[in-house]
Amino acid sequence: MEPVIELTRLSKKYDHYTAVNQLDLTIYRGEVFGLLGPNGAGKTTTILMMLGLTERTSGDVKVLGLDPNQHAITIKSKVGYMPDDIGFYDDRSAIDNLIYTARLNGIKEKEARMQAEQLLHRVGLADAATKKVSSFSRGMRQRLGLADVLIKQPEIIILDEPTLGIDPEGVRELLELISQLSKEEGITVLLCSHHLHQVQQVCDRVGLFVKGELVACGNIHQLSQAINQDSLTTIELEIKHYPASLQAALQELEQVASIQAQSQPNGEEMMTALSISCTEDITPVIAKLAAEHTELYMIRRKGYGLDDIYHQYFEGGETRETALKAK
Amino acid sequence: MKQLLKLNEARTSLKQWLQPIRKSERSDRMQLSASKAAFRVMVQKEFSDHIRSWRFAILLAIIVLACIGSIYSAITALQAQGSGSSANSFLFLKIFTLSDGTIPQFTQFVAFLGPLMGIALGFDTVNTERSKGTLSRLISQPIYRDDFLKAKFTASLLLVSIVIFSLGFLVMGLGLIVIGFPPTPEEFIRVLLFLLMAVVYVGFWLNLSILLSVRFKQAATSALFAIAIWIFFTVFYSIIINLVSNAILPDQNGTTEEIMRYYNQMDLLSRISPAELFGDITTTLLMPNVRSLGVLTMEQVTLALESPLALGQSILLVWPQLTALVALTVICFGLSYYWFMRQEIRARS
Repeated sequence: MEPVIELTRLSKKYDHYTAVNQLDLTIYRGEVFGLLGPNGAGKTTTILMMLGLTERTSGDVKVLGLDPNQHAITIKSKVGYMPDDIGFYDDRSAIDNLIYTARLNGIKEKEARMQAEQLLHRVGLADAATKKVSSFSRGMRQRLGLADVLIKQPEIIILDEPTLGIDPEGVRELLELISQLSKEEGITVLLCSHHLHQVQQVCDRVGLFVKGELVACGNIHQLSQAINQDSLTTIELEIKHYPASLQAALQELEQVASIQAQSQPNGEEMMTALSISCTEDITPVIAKLAAEHTELYMIRRKGYGLDDIYHQYFEGGETRETALKAK
Repeated sequence: MKQLLKLNEARTSLKQWLQPIRKSERSDRMQLSASKAAFRVMVQKEFSDHIRSWRFAILLAIIVLACIGSIYSAITALQAQGSGSSANSFLFLKIFTLSDGTIPQFTQFVAFLGPLMGIALGFDTVNTERSKGTLSRLISQPIYRDDFLKAKFTASLLLVSIVIFSLGFLVMGLGLIVIGFPPTPEEFIRVLLFLLMAVVYVGFWLNLSILLSVRFKQAATSALFAIAIWIFFTVFYSIIINLVSNAILPDQNGTTEEIMRYYNQMDLLSRISPAELFGDITTTLLMPNVRSLGVLTMEQVTLALESPLALGQSILLVWPQLTALVALTVICFGLSYYWFMRQEIRARS
């Protein structure tokens, strides 16, 4: 795989504050990479450094093999950047705004108009093309922003919080559009967000970014494996009763480390929810046992979603920090 | 034959060696022409933005009204003066400099309203783009950062020069119709030069306000600041100069050197103000009878012929003032360039 963005030991310091600290990150061609982190983690600063919009304190940046401090123009002609809270010239129409961007990228007027029309159609704003941007809703602006990024026919697009302030349906459409773009046109996408679920939906790989440091990087599976270090598999099941015979049978299994039981209301009756930690994945065995002793409603092997991953890392970061402060 | 073959070989290897260099050169050149095109596109956009804006329409209306008033006043004054006066030479220039006392003359209007126009066109160039979030989008396009500033300045200056020149010609044309007295070529050139100087003067205020718009994040702050500077130089500065002048006034029985030094000091002080510089320029260009901008001793005046200065001499006389104005403009531009190039551009910050 060809790397398109390479950051090595990249740092950015403001007066007393380190926004980005010794960041190493490589993004490959054609992938959708999610940069995930809470507000103020240094995501935007990192992007600005990639585009040469702010000076770095130390480290190295290569975008498409070029250093943004020396070849900012070439990089900016191949990388589309959509800032969070994107602004347009409000007194101009949507298509005028797009044509202006296109012409700044050296596209001739006629061609620019054609492409702008196509793109507006693609992002679903064809009807609003000649309306002034001031009348646009938040979601429409974001979609126009996407069109604005695409009109230069970029190799990489960088989207900073693209889903901020859009309704769920709008988010779904936007994310669909993004993953479609990446698949059909082979565009590398760098998506910054603090909405884990959205990132989870579209990203091939995710980087977790906390306080200027990349605490974890990889696909969802790798990340969940990384947290699940004690290598216990948790199996959850819901059964009608929890007889002592089942309990004994379960405890006899050598793979079972611990069992937690909890009775829960199930409609008018009661049922029991079990959470069993095992050293191995023995879901079928447990299912069979449970079915023999009682009525089995549900059984599943618990996997780690991004939510858990996010919590684990960010909480870890916080406790680490409070521990440091206590010292 | 063998030699020829070798030569050919050498040539192809040289070509191969040169190819990457040429390629990069070509791409550089392509980029250069692309950035030039982008610059032109930006200027076009800014220009049309200005023309569509209400603010420009209002300014234009004020200035046009002021000009019509000043022509009216000049013409009444001219008629009152009659044709018998000795000032018949350079009669045409008087349209610009004469007043009947009720309404100020054309040059004063330009000196007074020109800065306002410059400020109005420049005070929100950078900070509004920043607060609307368009700046970060614009800067992430393949354009040079300085091109953005240059485009803003060029577009506004272009507009200013169009307005000033068309007003100047309008006044000339009206004057021609009313007094029925055509300008001599020298007078025409003097008027043209005056208009050019007015553009330079407004250009200075434009640049000052662009500088403030880079420096201050709020458009209102930069507008207020620019207006404060303008009012300071047009109103308060002369008051301060008067105070200083009273304080350092030499004894009436002082020597000629003392008195000369005093006048030179006062001239120097008052010429810190760009308004004063522009005033000097207009006086010299439009009133050829003005022979010096400083003091003249009796010694220098005796035996001098009471004749107007030649055009070349007038220009020579205002050359330092012109240089100072251009220098001020360049300093402002340099500062805004310096600040803007180092600024971090985030969305809506």
